[in-house]
Amino acid sequence: MQRRKFLQGVGLAAVASTAGCTQITGSESTEAAGVSGETLTLTTTTSTYDTGLLDAIHSDFEEMYGVTVDAVAQGTGAALESARNGDSDVVMVHARGLEDEFMRNGYGINRRDLMFNDFVIVGPTSDPAGIEGSSSATEALATIAETQSAFVSRGDNSGTHTKEKNLWEAAGVDPGGDWYQEIGAGMGEALNNANQQGAYTLSDRGTYISQRSEIDLTILVQGPIEGGPEILANPYGIMAVNPGVHDNANYDLAMAYIGWITSPGAQDAISNYEMNGEQLFYPEAVSEEPNFQQYVPEGWSSDSDSE
Amino acid sequence: MPIESAVPLLLDNPFQRGYVPSIVYVSLYVSVIAVTLSTLVSLPIGLVMGFTQFPGKQFVKSVINTGMGFPSVVVGLMVLFAVSNQGPLGALDLIFTKQAMIISQFVLATPPITAISLAAITGVDENVRDAARALGGTRLDVALVVIKEARYGIATAVLAGFGRAISEVGSVLIVGGNITSADGISKTRTLTTAIQLEARQGRYETAMVLGAVLVTIVLLVNAIVVRLGETGAMNR
Repeated sequence: MQRRKFLQGVGLAAVASTAGCTQITGSESTEAAGVSGETLTLTTTTSTYDTGLLDAIHSDFEEMYGVTVDAVAQGTGAALESARNGDSDVVMVHARGLEDEFMRNGYGINRRDLMFNDFVIVGPTSDPAGIEGSSSATEALATIAETQSAFVSRGDNSGTHTKEKNLWEAAGVDPGGDWYQEIGAGMGEALNNANQQGAYTLSDRGTYISQRSEIDLTILVQGPIEGGPEILANPYGIMAVNPGVHDNANYDLAMAYIGWITSPGAQDAISNYEMNGEQLFYPEAVSEEPNFQQYVPEGWSSDSDSE
Repeated sequence: MPIESAVPLLLDNPFQRGYVPSIVYVSLYVSVIAVTLSTLVSLPIGLVMGFTQFPGKQFVKSVINTGMGFPSVVVGLMVLFAVSNQGPLGALDLIFTKQAMIISQFVLATPPITAISLAAITGVDENVRDAARALGGTRLDVALVVIKEARYGIATAVLAGFGRAISEVGSVLIVGGNITSADGISKTRTLTTAIQLEARQGRYETAMVLGAVLVTIVLLVNAIVVRLGETGAMNR
């Protein structure tokens, strides 16, 4: 008797613990029209999520299609890795080199340019390396390295970290030593860390603006939005996961999402999204020009690469 | 750190309505189910190991004890490989769901619950067992008597498992994805991952408010379990 009860308990608990997933699979097989009730998994970067942009604009899409968007903020490297494993349907990231590799390996298709902002070099107001107002990002970094001023690096294979590594390379510096700290964390943590030890760091403008009221760091080298060097541009792209590689990817809904977010309405919503009275992201999907290069890896042409 | 500035935040709540209740719900839902399942697995193991001698018993004990110190991030990665689309459980679509979080917390909570219950069961006086057997009890009766005698130790074991599950951040972040819907209702965001998110954005004060909520919940659960134990003792 007691034993039977015990077994019942195990059975009940097992049912309870899987109840959620039967609901999910159940909703996919219902006869409801179109995509209604489905879930789209979007893996993205911390900068799009932590600025609050996605929460602000997603409810429109969810209402329009009657679906749920699960946004997972991971950083560009991890977001692409999740997609590579077939664990997400669509990726929104900001490292063109990694996006191109992702497409070349067949995992991502239908890439679109989505929006942009820029990177800025921020640091303490005392500016120990004296880089304020520098018009060259690479010279500023070289000066930081020369004076061995503290610099916080994301060190997490994110889009910002990738940009930072490219900048050091362009500056001809191989950063290392006590002054250079890889913290392996998100942008917000990097800003906090730099704030607490009066260090320099590279930040996307959006995350910096959204946290500016919490920290004492100031912009020392501007990005192209405020007339700074073009090398600090920060373009975001969006891609669907290739259903030919991962047949469980929700390709229909992913394309509906890409269609929606590159539409004039959603692009307006992106440009109207402000924090502390400042625009964080600049849409670039709607254009009169064809912009063919957004669909293919950078520099790709059918003559040079005929696989 | 600015504890005093956390107080006004309690008054003007920075979160959307329903946000905090929903992450508390997800935290409790995942941890309670995981710990219940762990207990149902751990107790029989504890009883069998406490009652019988077999070769390799010390080795099994060492394995369980090692499991107590298993880093949650490693457990998260193992569960991620299992439930990811490419993994053996990939077809079940468990990645970024509460079910995946329950699996990882089950793996984390089972070793401490097993080890501490085993210690409690081994600690029950040999005479109690002999008496139960002498009175003509079946194996099941003897087991029940022992569980009753060891109930404080077992309650401690369950609380230790619960404490480990609900306060753990590494694995639920990896397999759950820290997801809320656009209107701020948690899907896989727990108190711990919410604290991590607030800290990441430099909002240390709100992170500490959420931390206080977490500590309060753990305290309440402990108080309730201890209270139940005492009432049980009085009714005996």
